[in-house]
Amino acid sequence: MSKKIRIATTSLAGCFGCHMSFLDIDERIVELLEHVEFDRSPITDIKHCTDCDIGLVEGGLCNAENVHVLKEFRENCKILIAVGACAINGGVPAMRNHFTLKECLEEAYIHGVGVENPMIPNDVELPLLLSKVHPIHEVVHVDYYLPGCPPPADAFMKVLTDLLEGKEPSLPKEILHYD
Amino acid sequence: MSKLPPQTITIDGQEIPFEDGQTIMDAALAADVYIPHLCHRPGLSPHGSCKLCTVEVNGRSASACTLPAASGQEISNNTPALKEERKTITQMLFVEGNHFCPACEKTGDCTLQAVAYHLDMLDGHFPQFYPRRELDASHESIVLDRDRCILCALCVRASQEVDGKNVFAISGRGIDAKLIVNSESGKLGDTDLSTEDLAAHICPVGAILIKEHGYEVPIGLRTFDLHSIAEPGLEPVILRKGKNRDE
Repeated sequence: MSKKIRIATTSLAGCFGCHMSFLDIDERIVELLEHVEFDRSPITDIKHCTDCDIGLVEGGLCNAENVHVLKEFRENCKILIAVGACAINGGVPAMRNHFTLKECLEEAYIHGVGVENPMIPNDVELPLLLSKVHPIHEVVHVDYYLPGCPPPADAFMKVLTDLLEGKEPSLPKEILHYD
Repeated sequence: MSKLPPQTITIDGQEIPFEDGQTIMDAALAADVYIPHLCHRPGLSPHGSCKLCTVEVNGRSASACTLPAASGQEISNNTPALKEERKTITQMLFVEGNHFCPACEKTGDCTLQAVAYHLDMLDGHFPQFYPRRELDASHESIVLDRDRCILCALCVRASQEVDGKNVFAISGRGIDAKLIVNSESGKLGDTDLSTEDLAAHICPVGAILIKEHGYEVPIGLRTFDLHSIAEPGLEPVILRKGKNRDE
């Protein structure tokens, strides 16, 4: 038996919905784990990538930390896959691009309904927000795209199975959706 | 009356009859041959602007919706090269606007999305524009969300040619082109557009939507969740979708 395929996953400016959908593969994860092992991922709680074969990136880029994590994934993963609508075109978080960052922060922390002690958070621990939300392919090279909000569990299985079998991943039309 | 032999064109090797006055698109639709298109709708004058229906006619590129069919035309339609070109055009339409399918009421019924599925589009490829465009919710029953407008001008033509009104127009050129409303205020609420008008239902994307009918059909059971855009005879279903559910 050859060495297991190493997979890292992360959620950047996403909602973890893609990860939840991935876990919808249910008991198929048992068989999958005979062929793969997880490196950095919310599933393992490992905090940094080491050499990996496949990186699954959920979410777009809304702050400086997202960019750092994305670059770490690109440097450590042979194959990088943009997972879900937000990674591919910014998705729902990118709807803030219609407004300035200042307008968004003021709406959320100053003028919003029910805000108490109005103040824009400025703790040094907080990652700096980007002025616009961006899809990940605008910052690093992306090898494959897995659309959907979220992509169905079957789509995760199809793409990973194709890659494990050494094939180009392809999505049948029945599981190709943007919503 | 002597009967003339039928005139024919050839699309991907298939012989297709046509009548005088028909475009390549008309002949193809009548023969249930799908040529991807967004700005064309039978019954309205051809516009030739989206370029998705680009085909090769005797080796030269042409828009199927505007080029009259003529005997002897050898047409390539469903080829890998044309599919790639059409996908690129579709990707440009996506990145030029704000098309967030998961947050759009039109998802599953959207022709732009369905064409993208048909072309196996997985990503936008190009950098996103994220344009800032004006939303018009002034009409009591119809909302105009320009973020999703692809400037196909179907609403412009439906209003003029079918509804006998003149509610919409495209103003400006190139990247400055935008859908405008023909009223003193420029607002939809100050026009005579009604929910009975074709122009209120013809939008292929989620730019013109009827208010208070959102999510009547759940996501997953909508037209293009169940059908491919390439299936023949879907045009009436797509239009009716604005009023009833068909499934």
